[in-house]
Amino acid sequence: MSSLPADIVTPVGHDTPHISIHMDGAREPLVRNAAKARAESLSFHYGNHRALKDINIEIPERMVTALIGPSGCGKSTFLRCFNRMHDLTPGTRYDGAIRFFPDDLNLVGKDVDPIEVRMRIGMVFQKPNPFPKSIFENVAYGLRLRGVRNRALLEEQVEGALRGAALWDEAKDRLQASALTLSGGQQQRLCIARALATRPEILLFDEPTSALDPIATAKIEELIAQLRDQVTVLIVTHNMQQAARVSDFTAFMYLGELVEVGETSRVFTNPTKKATEDYITGRYG
Amino acid sequence: MSKDALPKSDPETVRKDVASRKLRDQLFVFVGLLALFACLTALLVLFAKLVMDGSERFTWEFLTSFPSRRAAHAGILSAWVGSSLVMLVTAFTAVPVGVMAAIYLEEYAPKNWFTGIIEINVTNLAGVPSIVYGLLALGLFVYKLDLGQSIVTAGMTLALLILPVVIVSTREAIRSVPRAIREAAYGLGATRWEVTKDHVLPYSTGGILTGMILGLSRAIGETAPLITIGALAFIAFLPTPPLSSVAPFVSFTWLTDPFTVMPIQMFNWTSRPDPAFQANAAAAGAILLAMTLLMNAFAIYIRFRFRKKINW
Repeated sequence: MSSLPADIVTPVGHDTPHISIHMDGAREPLVRNAAKARAESLSFHYGNHRALKDINIEIPERMVTALIGPSGCGKSTFLRCFNRMHDLTPGTRYDGAIRFFPDDLNLVGKDVDPIEVRMRIGMVFQKPNPFPKSIFENVAYGLRLRGVRNRALLEEQVEGALRGAALWDEAKDRLQASALTLSGGQQQRLCIARALATRPEILLFDEPTSALDPIATAKIEELIAQLRDQVTVLIVTHNMQQAARVSDFTAFMYLGELVEVGETSRVFTNPTKKATEDYITGRYG
Repeated sequence: MSKDALPKSDPETVRKDVASRKLRDQLFVFVGLLALFACLTALLVLFAKLVMDGSERFTWEFLTSFPSRRAAHAGILSAWVGSSLVMLVTAFTAVPVGVMAAIYLEEYAPKNWFTGIIEINVTNLAGVPSIVYGLLALGLFVYKLDLGQSIVTAGMTLALLILPVVIVSTREAIRSVPRAIREAAYGLGATRWEVTKDHVLPYSTGGILTGMILGLSRAIGETAPLITIGALAFIAFLPTPPLSSVAPFVSFTWLTDPFTVMPIQMFNWTSRPDPAFQANAAAAGAILLAMTLLMNAFAIYIRFRFRKKINW
């Protein structure tokens, strides 16, 4: 694991390596979280174009990991490997592995069904994409797919998910109203609730606030910060301030490669690579 | 003003320039309206002529009488009942087959040269002359499958004819469902079939129904393929009623009954020497045209309603 930065220690002989995170100086480790997923020499191809090159990274459990980098660097492409969204596009190919713990499943394995992967890993997209159905049905859909028919159970779970996405107070009196009557920010929180209702093990966010105004963005960011208690979060953002605000770890990608990964405060204050420094100081991107 | 210099930018020159360009804009509006009125006037004059020629025949009896040797007693009962039943068969065969074919092509089929050829040919089928479908049906349904010169044969013949229309319009409706919605459903762990039945189909129902009605309004006016399969022009009885008061209450023998349809009835009347029959033909034509316009209006209404409900 030579590509991992020094502040991530991987004990030898462990299936799920532990990560120790240190604050600056010699204080005690703040958190000790296992890896929820680990990309191992992951490459990805669109036809003959190699969009991701040999990526190695660990995604720590119940933490927020941000993927940053200039447009076209492959950060969204990398994110979409985690729930096999690329399988919907013909002519794509994964090499290497994304190991998913605790059961050591290779998410991009040819023998692994993408539907199984998507049952365990949720996603929130760049533009809010609620179904043109009621608010209730939007949140309940994932559960219905999983065979939940009991009305009381559905209602309980929908309420829980809407509370989890900080939308319950605004939506509780209009659960049967069309989701399209919500504002953009509310729609995005609805999409978060829709994903949360299925109790995903990892929640992927693909630039979730790029279509939202600053107030709605602040709400989503606050929400993501809270979500780390219950779910592992991987977020793509083109907004460096956002990465700094919401994430525990930051990975910088450039031209399909992972340049640097580490604790967010460290990456932003003391990047080890020249490219990272150039990007976060605004010299390109 | 010399050609190699930029135009002057003083207000007077700009105003003149805008005025002359707006004049050309107005000119196009005029030409466009002229073209539009040319088509509309032709249709209106045709419709008005039919209504005037057939004016004395717009009576209740005309709708409730069978054809007769005496023009004044002849009606279109067997024709409009026949047309309606044939349309019923057409809708129930063309729509399921067409929609399923469209879903397969759009959602399931791999994109390769083979499906490419199929796609091009489906579109081309819409341009095949209708008489060719009549010949196909005569060989296949009437002789090979021995379905006779019946309502089911006619319905299926017209279904073949409008299948391309149904497939193409269904595909367009399906394609208008945004990729983001599909991704949302796939992202939650849905299978292709679940994405199709829970999202793609419900959200494209408006477009699919519109395509179906446009197809049917083409089918209702078709004459050639039905004459080819041997539809009768003089039918003085109705098909067996589909519902009856005795068990098993539902009957499907009407499917195999002989029939006539509106355009054939019209054709038959126009070929009579007695001018009184011309009035009958005109009245029947006006009614057929009204039926078609009504179906199209209904299609527009459906599209409007679904557009209002689903606004991407």
